[in-house]
Amino acid sequence: MNVLMTGVGGQGIILASDMLSEVMMRSGYDVKKSEIHGMAQRGGSVMSHVRFAGHVDSPLIPYGCCDILLSFEELEAARYLKYLKKDATVIINQYRLAPPAVVSGSRAYPDVIPFLREKTRNIHLVPGSAIAEEMDNARGVNIILLGVLSTLMDPPESAWYDAINSMLKEKIRAANIEGFKRGRQIQIQ
Amino acid sequence: MKKILSGNEAIARGAFEAGVSFVSAYPGTPSTEILQTVADEYPEIHAEWTPNEKVALEVAAGASYAGARCMAVMKHVGVNVAADPLMTLPYTLIRGGIVLVSADDPELFSSQNEQDNRHYARFAKIPMLEPSTSQEAKDFMIEAVRISEEFGTPVLLRTTTRISHSMGVVELGDKKGGRTPSLERHPAEWVMLPANARVRHPVIEERIRSMKAYSDASPLNVIEMGSPKLGIISSGVAYQYAKEAFPDASFLKVGLSYPLPEKLIRKFAAQVEELWVVEELDPFMEEQVKALGIDCHGKDRLPLCGELNPDIIQSAITGAAPDDGAQPDLPPRPPSMCPGCPHRGMLWALKRNKCFIAGDIGCYTLGFLPPLSAIDTCLCMGAGINHAHGMATVFGPGKEKIAAVIGDSTFYHSGITGLLNLAYNKGAALIVILDNSTTAMTGSQDHPGTGITVRGERTVNLDLENLVRALGIEWVRTVDPYDVKQARKDVKEALAFEGPSVIISKAPCVLLKSRKVPGRALTVDADVCTGCKVCIGLGCPAIEFRDEKAHINETCVGCGVCADLCAPGAIGGEK
Repeated sequence: MNVLMTGVGGQGIILASDMLSEVMMRSGYDVKKSEIHGMAQRGGSVMSHVRFAGHVDSPLIPYGCCDILLSFEELEAARYLKYLKKDATVIINQYRLAPPAVVSGSRAYPDVIPFLREKTRNIHLVPGSAIAEEMDNARGVNIILLGVLSTLMDPPESAWYDAINSMLKEKIRAANIEGFKRGRQIQIQ
Repeated sequence: MKKILSGNEAIARGAFEAGVSFVSAYPGTPSTEILQTVADEYPEIHAEWTPNEKVALEVAAGASYAGARCMAVMKHVGVNVAADPLMTLPYTLIRGGIVLVSADDPELFSSQNEQDNRHYARFAKIPMLEPSTSQEAKDFMIEAVRISEEFGTPVLLRTTTRISHSMGVVELGDKKGGRTPSLERHPAEWVMLPANARVRHPVIEERIRSMKAYSDASPLNVIEMGSPKLGIISSGVAYQYAKEAFPDASFLKVGLSYPLPEKLIRKFAAQVEELWVVEELDPFMEEQVKALGIDCHGKDRLPLCGELNPDIIQSAITGAAPDDGAQPDLPPRPPSMCPGCPHRGMLWALKRNKCFIAGDIGCYTLGFLPPLSAIDTCLCMGAGINHAHGMATVFGPGKEKIAAVIGDSTFYHSGITGLLNLAYNKGAALIVILDNSTTAMTGSQDHPGTGITVRGERTVNLDLENLVRALGIEWVRTVDPYDVKQARKDVKEALAFEGPSVIISKAPCVLLKSRKVPGRALTVDADVCTGCKVCIGLGCPAIEFRDEKAHINETCVGCGVCADLCAPGAIGGEK
């Protein structure tokens, strides 16, 4: 299984992909994950590859092999189309963050859904950021989206809570478990 | 016990298991997390951020001379800074094992070049190991310490971004003892004046020659026979990509990649029909394979630039174009300085004074991007001050407004000597030290100016203004970059001063807890906004321009720089 997470630096993508990796390793899979830190993270496009199977070689997903794309931002969902498998599951957080050319007014924010439709009919828009705002925890969007993603994965719900409990500091656990549950309630089958 | 670790975390774990007791580093992507992990996870190991990589390698050498196992960690360009000790260290007697970790950055995700540091192994005549997974990162670290002590040589452990920052499952082991330090004297092997070094040179030549047989026998270099039709010699993450692309091919997987296992290469080449060397960046192994008189493919079809992936390798070997489909033309999203970044106001003040701005390595380099477009050069750590001095000297007094900007961590790394030179040689440039009290770009590491060690302990407080004065600079002023109008006046005054001047632009990085911004978004009164775009010129990601008006989005942290510049007074709210 190949999962690609995309979005903008600062949205908590690395922690979300860390948790997915942890859960899959505890479920007995070989796991590899790859992403970029450093300068690229300063408000730039971010992409995290997570691969799990009996055995994994390359930490990067080959083109055309991504089963699930989880995008934390709308435009970023269409930046890496070459990785998508035909009819891959695409989950997009309904959140638009203007890139510099849109900020300055020289370009419009594009509608990316038509581009994605050429690859897959399996596209789901989810209100992760709206839920995070409702919960008064803007930084919690990553755990909400992980909750959405978890419904497509084999491990039982408890495996995710085990990972959250082992990876997060105690004072933020309750809020993250709450966010995860809210995400898990979203049906995208 | 199994754990999922990044390559960097695995190297730190390997150092622990190998009994390393001393680790030094300067932060640099993609190497930074190695020392951070040592500091956070392994309290029994001494860990220190050094001001630069030369210091990191030299203190590690001292630890080795005292008998301790040690590791010095840096990014690829950091090894250039440490190249002076690196070239002579192999001449000297190694007591405790010493491993130099070089984390290279093919694709330049966060670097100014994509040099291939495998050449350093050959250049310094030291063995090199290249892990291809997190598990190997840990295991090879342990092996590197062992080789270092067995052969009495520094060892280069070379990773790339996709090894350092990829995560994989690692089987943890136990710590295998350590070494007790003791004072010894070995003047003939430690005092590298010509008479002694001349005697030591043949020692390293013989050592690296004898290691060829070791490389042939090493379990790190293995033949994995599959179909004899295609044989691939590969190392590092490129091996994993090639394995993904050609699971049925035969492989010579090279883990000890200098000196290369020549007999094993000959044996492998004789067993396969078509031979390829698959490696990122330079044809480091390929040229050595060809020097053995063995014909092979490699950089005739594989790119010299950028990182590889399974698809690039597949299309190079099969000759078929990669199936990457059509990609829509989307607005790019390059990295940018954060909303509320204190660098923005100072760069604006310099730009409004029409300065040529020599830049340096740090977040402020992103001030190069339009619309701010405020950085005119960026070469390497510490170069900006020297660029400015060279240019200002050529133009002569009062002709051009030449300034340089340099971050606090970069200043301590290699800016001090440049400023010393500027004062000594009667320069006249304006140097702005952008002091945000951290090493921001690599993820907020402490440094000698913060008064805090890597483990969060208090240490000496360095007085930057006094340091600058001690170097011979008379005109020094500490300025608040959020007060942009005053900053602009200060820059003007500094430029008017006959002789060198230094502005310390002091405000904590907006990502630090000690930041001086309120954290609440400002708002634009659309009735008052005239659409003049002065605020847009700051290049702040929080200010959008739509329908001929400025709008402030929720990423604003209320630094107020735009409000100060808004002539009609349309921007308000928190300040």
